[in-house]
Amino acid sequence: MAPLLEARGLSRSFGHVRALDDASFDIDAGEVVALIGDNGAGKSTLVKALTGNLAVDAGDLYFEGRQVTITSPHQASEMGMEVVYQDLALAPHLNPVQNMFLGREIPRKGLFGSLGFMDEKQMRAKAEAGFADLGGTVRSFTSPVGSMSGGQRQQIAIVRAISWADKIVFLDEPTAALGVVQTKNVLDTIKRVRDKGIAVVLISHSMPHVLEVADRIQVMRLGTRVATMPAEGTTVEQLVGAMTGALDSQTVNRRNSATLEDSAS
Amino acid sequence: MSVITPPGQAPDQQAVLEAPPKQSYVKRIANMQSVWILGVLVVIVAAFSLAAGTKFLSTSNFSLISQNIAVWAVLGVGMTFVIITSGIDLSIGSVLVFSSVIAAKVMEAVGGNGWSTAAVGIVGALVSGIAWGTLNGFLIAKAKIPPLIVTLGALSVALGLAQVITGGIDIRSVPEALTDFNTYIKIVGIPALPFVALIVVIIGGIVLHKTRFGRYTYAVGSNELGARRVGINVDRHLIMVYALSGACAGLGAVLALAQFGTTTIAGQSLTNLNVIAAVVIGGTSIFGGEGSIFGTVVGLFIPAVLQAGFVIVGVEAFWQGVAVGSVLVAAVYVDQSRRAAALRGSSRPSFLAMLRTKK
Repeated sequence: MAPLLEARGLSRSFGHVRALDDASFDIDAGEVVALIGDNGAGKSTLVKALTGNLAVDAGDLYFEGRQVTITSPHQASEMGMEVVYQDLALAPHLNPVQNMFLGREIPRKGLFGSLGFMDEKQMRAKAEAGFADLGGTVRSFTSPVGSMSGGQRQQIAIVRAISWADKIVFLDEPTAALGVVQTKNVLDTIKRVRDKGIAVVLISHSMPHVLEVADRIQVMRLGTRVATMPAEGTTVEQLVGAMTGALDSQTVNRRNSATLEDSAS
Repeated sequence: MSVITPPGQAPDQQAVLEAPPKQSYVKRIANMQSVWILGVLVVIVAAFSLAAGTKFLSTSNFSLISQNIAVWAVLGVGMTFVIITSGIDLSIGSVLVFSSVIAAKVMEAVGGNGWSTAAVGIVGALVSGIAWGTLNGFLIAKAKIPPLIVTLGALSVALGLAQVITGGIDIRSVPEALTDFNTYIKIVGIPALPFVALIVVIIGGIVLHKTRFGRYTYAVGSNELGARRVGINVDRHLIMVYALSGACAGLGAVLALAQFGTTTIAGQSLTNLNVIAAVVIGGTSIFGGEGSIFGTVVGLFIPAVLQAGFVIVGVEAFWQGVAVGSVLVAAVYVDQSRRAAALRGSSRPSFLAMLRTKK
C-alpha cells in the first residue's frame, strides 16, 4: 500500500541557505511519525512544504499514491491535513468554541444563515463533543482562551486540528511549554488520535516523548532526512547520534528502502 | 453544566477550573468594561439630577443630548469595528465633510427640495464614504501601511479636497426634506436623527456580536496571523471593515446636513478624536480583539451628558474637556490592568476584584 503522504527530494533555498536539501518524508495512515533534528535542521520548513505553506524549488508530493501539488494551507485542509503550530494560532479573546469553529462557522438555516448569522448552539454542542472525545481538561466554554493555562490552550488547538483533519495532524513542538501533567495529557491525546486512524506527525526535541508515542522516527540534519528508524528498540543515544551526524546514516536506516520503493510505485 | 470529567484526571488539574457556568456568566458581565462605564454614566446622571433636579431630568434635555450625539453614534459604530481589528480611523471627520460636500453638490446639481433630491444626495454621500473607506482599507491591508498613517493622510486629503471643491465656503443648499426631517419628524417619540442613529447602532451591534463578519472582526484583532492560518481572508476583511467605517461617515454626513442645513467644513476637526475617545471609554481595546457597540454608545453619552449638565448647573462648559480627558485615561488604565491580569493568568481579572480582595 502506498504511504498516505510521501515527499521525495524536496529542496528549497532561502538565498544561500539550503533549508531543504533533497528531503524525503513518508507516513502511513494511523501512524505516529516523529520528526526530529537539531535547530535549523529543516523540520519546520519540511512541515510548511508538506502543508502548502511554502513553495518548494524541486521535489514531488504524493498523497494516497497520487502525485499532488499543494499550493495553499486551505488546500491542505481540504485534503484532511491540519497543523498545530507552536504558537497555537488561537485568538486569545475568543472562547474555545469560537476558536474551534473560526473560519468554519456553522451558518444558521435559511435566510438568517445567508445573512451571516451563526448556529451557536450547534457549534457549542459539537465542540463539547469534540472535547469530551479527547478527554480534555477544558472546562469552560465561555471564557476567553487567553485566560486559560498553557495546557488547556494546547488542548484546544489540538482538538481543533483533529476535528477538521481526518487524515493527518502535524504537531509542532506540542509539549515544549508544558508541565509534566499537561505533557502526559498531550501524549495521551496523540495516542487517542492515532487510535482513531488519523496519522500524526510530531515534531519534538524531547527524545523520551518521541520514543514513547511514535511508531517511526525520521531524523533530519542539514535539510535532509538522514535516518528512519522504528521507535521500538531504538535508544536515545542512537537518535542523538543520527541527529548530530555521529552515526552514519546508512547504518541506522533500518527501514527496508527496497520495499518502500516497490510499494510506492 | 458543561463540565466534562474524563477518567484518570489528575486532581491538581481540576483545582484551577472555571466556576460553574451561571456564576461565570455573572462574572463575565461584571467584568465588562462597558458595564463599569455604564455605572459611571449613571453616577453622573444622578449627580446632575441632584444638583439641578427636573431641569436636568427633563425629556427636552435628553432629547437635546441624543440629538447632539446622533452623528457621533453613527461614526462610532464603524470606529468600534475598526478599533476591534486593532486599527484606527482618523479620517472619519474629514470623510464626513467630503461626503457632505459631494452630497450637497449633487443635490445642488439636481435641484429641488423634495425627497427625490435628498435620496440622490444620500446615495452620493454613501458612495463617497465607502470609496474613502475602501481606499483606506486597501492601503492598510494590501500596501501594509500602518492604519494611523493611512487615515492621517486621508484626513488631510479628504478635507483638502472638500475645500478645493467648495473654495472653502460651506454649501447651504440642503433640500428642505432633509432639514425638516431633523426639525419636525419624531418616530415613536424619538427625534428623527437619534432614531436613525439608534437603528444603525442596533444593526451594528447585531452584526458585530451575532454574525460571522463580527466574529472575524474580533479574530483579526485578537490574532491576525492565527486568523490567516484558519483560512480567514484577513486582507479582504480589513478592507470591508474600513469601508464600513467610511459608509458610517457617509451616513453621518447626511445626518449632519439634516442637522445643520449646511456642510460643516470647519466644524469636524475634532470629530475623529471625540469618537475614538468614546469608543475607548466604552471598553473597546485599542490593542484589538475586544469591544462592544453598547460600550461605544455609553462612551458617547458621558461627554454629552457632562456638557449638558455643566450648562444647566452653571459650570463653565470648558470643564467638560477636563472631565472627559480624565475619564478616558482612567478607563484605559482600568482596561490595561485587567488585561495584564488576564495575561498573567491570575484569578484577578478586574479592577473591582483588586478592590474586593483588599477589603
